[in-house]
Amino acid sequence: MIQSTDEKDIEIERRFVPKAKDINDEIAWAQINKDVLRSMERPRLMYWVIFLASLALFGFGVYCEIYQYQNGLGVADLENPQVWGLYIATFIFWIGMSHSGTLLSAILHIMHADWRKPIYRFAEAMTTFSLMTAGLFVLVHLGRVWEFYYVVAYPNERWAWPNFNSPLVWDATAIGTYLTSSIVFLYFGMIPDLAICRDNAKGVRKKFYWLLSLGWQGTDRQWANFRVAYLTVACFLIPLAVSVHSIVATDFAVSQQPGWHITSFPPYFVAGALYSGCAAIITLFIVLRYVFRFEEYMTMPILDKTCRLTFAIAMVWTYLNLVEYASVWYGDDPVAKQTLLFRATGDYAAYWWAMNFLGSVVPFALAFKSLRNNIPVMLVVSLLLNLGMWLERFMIVTPTFAHGFYPWTWTDHWMPSWVQWGIVAGSFGWFSMLFMLFCKIFPTVSMYEVKEMVYHRFVARKARA
Amino acid sequence: MSLSNLIKNWSSLRVKRPYEGQYKDKDYKWAMVIDLDACTGCNACTTACYAENNLPVVGKEAFSKGQAMHWIRIERYWGEGDALPKFPERGAQFLPMLCQQCESAPCEVVCPVGATHHTPDGLNSQVYNRCIGSRYCSANCPYKVRYFNWWQYPERAWPNPLEQQLNPDVTVRSKGVMEKCTFCVQRLVEAKNRARTEGRKVEDGEVTTACAQACPTSAITFGNLADSKSQVAKMWERQQIDLAKDKQEKSDENMRGYRIFEDLRTYPSIVYMERIRDLQA
Repeated sequence: MIQSTDEKDIEIERRFVPKAKDINDEIAWAQINKDVLRSMERPRLMYWVIFLASLALFGFGVYCEIYQYQNGLGVADLENPQVWGLYIATFIFWIGMSHSGTLLSAILHIMHADWRKPIYRFAEAMTTFSLMTAGLFVLVHLGRVWEFYYVVAYPNERWAWPNFNSPLVWDATAIGTYLTSSIVFLYFGMIPDLAICRDNAKGVRKKFYWLLSLGWQGTDRQWANFRVAYLTVACFLIPLAVSVHSIVATDFAVSQQPGWHITSFPPYFVAGALYSGCAAIITLFIVLRYVFRFEEYMTMPILDKTCRLTFAIAMVWTYLNLVEYASVWYGDDPVAKQTLLFRATGDYAAYWWAMNFLGSVVPFALAFKSLRNNIPVMLVVSLLLNLGMWLERFMIVTPTFAHGFYPWTWTDHWMPSWVQWGIVAGSFGWFSMLFMLFCKIFPTVSMYEVKEMVYHRFVARKARA
Repeated sequence: MSLSNLIKNWSSLRVKRPYEGQYKDKDYKWAMVIDLDACTGCNACTTACYAENNLPVVGKEAFSKGQAMHWIRIERYWGEGDALPKFPERGAQFLPMLCQQCESAPCEVVCPVGATHHTPDGLNSQVYNRCIGSRYCSANCPYKVRYFNWWQYPERAWPNPLEQQLNPDVTVRSKGVMEKCTFCVQRLVEAKNRARTEGRKVEDGEVTTACAQACPTSAITFGNLADSKSQVAKMWERQQIDLAKDKQEKSDENMRGYRIFEDLRTYPSIVYMERIRDLQA
């Protein structure tokens, strides 16, 4: 049997090209511009509902912080030995949230995973804003926030340096570097799109985009430089993303407290970070898809791939979590073992089991295709996963304080005050507020990269014909 | 110049502490012995410490929340298990807990700004002006003897004219800084200065901490470990406890002296003497 070339091509395509295409390749380039620019004009009513709700939450958080600033940290019901409370737990949560942006935009960029193109921009923005939120928690947590700059290594007339042995100094350095680099990366990737905005805007907005697009004309030379610069920053960012959460993990691993002094903490933290970040991407994916009518770009196949990625990372996290328990259980440290038992059976047992259930069992919902393609279910599941990851951070910080080395200081039923809850809620408001503002001002879908996706298919089809 | 200062500090930070014979040729190494057999749990030491070191009385509500500022606290333990008689037959036993002034202190390495660091005479000092209140030191302290200023205590604890009772030699701490037992450093500095003026070393018994001074049963002994003739040095010697060891080799099993959490390699400067119990009586 001799097949014609056409039939052969079709056969190859059937076997190797996935059936579900990421986006419809019939979309014209002009249509892409139009759709994305429209998102910056008139969003659905839901946009304003979310924006105003987050503004209100943020306002309440600011009120709580002012109250705490004026009266001292005592209003947070922190005590000896519960000295850290929700602030550090939520700090780790936000740092973790920032990791998936880099995963999607830098790591998958280098691996040429095309499906990331319509969704990496908002993931990248999520990285930047969650890092800013995490930075706020460091400040909220400090007893004398007005002296925070003592942590930064700068030459000064007092000849006093920070203590370079302390993981908190590594933290400040790592987070500062990561925040700067991810802002630069976010901005770099946006320049061609900002030029499109400039060409379509009027008045003040035109001036604004004109400034930001740095005279982008789309010449060959500009594109060549752009590619190199973008790849360089992407390569620079990847090790930073891994290092920043490893360093946050050393805050705990370097200390000698039971439940913290665990060698596997850095990879465990990085896995947990990617996990909660991916879950947050699913949540925001669904929100943006609805609010900005991005059904054409944030398609179900892309959601499906994100969910599968999240499932894989969830399993890595589960494995590392079990490694942590096993290494404590079979280790030769009776105090650490007792703290582990306290977590599983003591005052915080309900949270601990909830965290294990939400972190390790709920992700199996992502393994079923029918559930993966159900948007309301995915919204609930992704929120539950993030709740589980927040509980994980809470379960790292609190039980060790409640049940540490010294029996006389064991506390029972310690719970944070309304001020702490208010500031934590305010941080979510602050994050969503910034994120929603970003979506309104900047193109949330990378126009030029979506065009690439369409273009390649177009060329391939033309060549076949 | 700042950079050379950094390099100098950095190399001094990297010195492994403690090492054998660290204080052999030094003038001072402050240390303590607490005899639990003599302790009656009367809380005189705590009271004396409040008076000497300007500790705020936080009030009932804050105390019940665990925000008390007792640099030295009397811990009360009841017997547990079958071996020991229980309450109320035998009563409680007490353990005064204060900063152990560890030679290799877990709090010192983690402080981001170096607000807590080691002094040449073996104290674990706390610099209030440098402290930013990250509370990492307290998180890493296995004894939990560091106390944080959760409130602006100067306004609450000493309403006018009570501020007149404050000890002028001791800083009143503002909200947001960490504090802890200093071994009454203001007394030590004064004694050292006086001795230096007179061209001699501080003699044994010349200076003592407020808690040791107030203890009615003399359960607390304070002194200079670097001076082999001092009472503290003799007691450490008799109990065969070596400052630079994390596991003591004792010739006699019944020796009473021990240091708390020695296996964590914090090398505390306080030796506790176990209580003697007659289980038959």
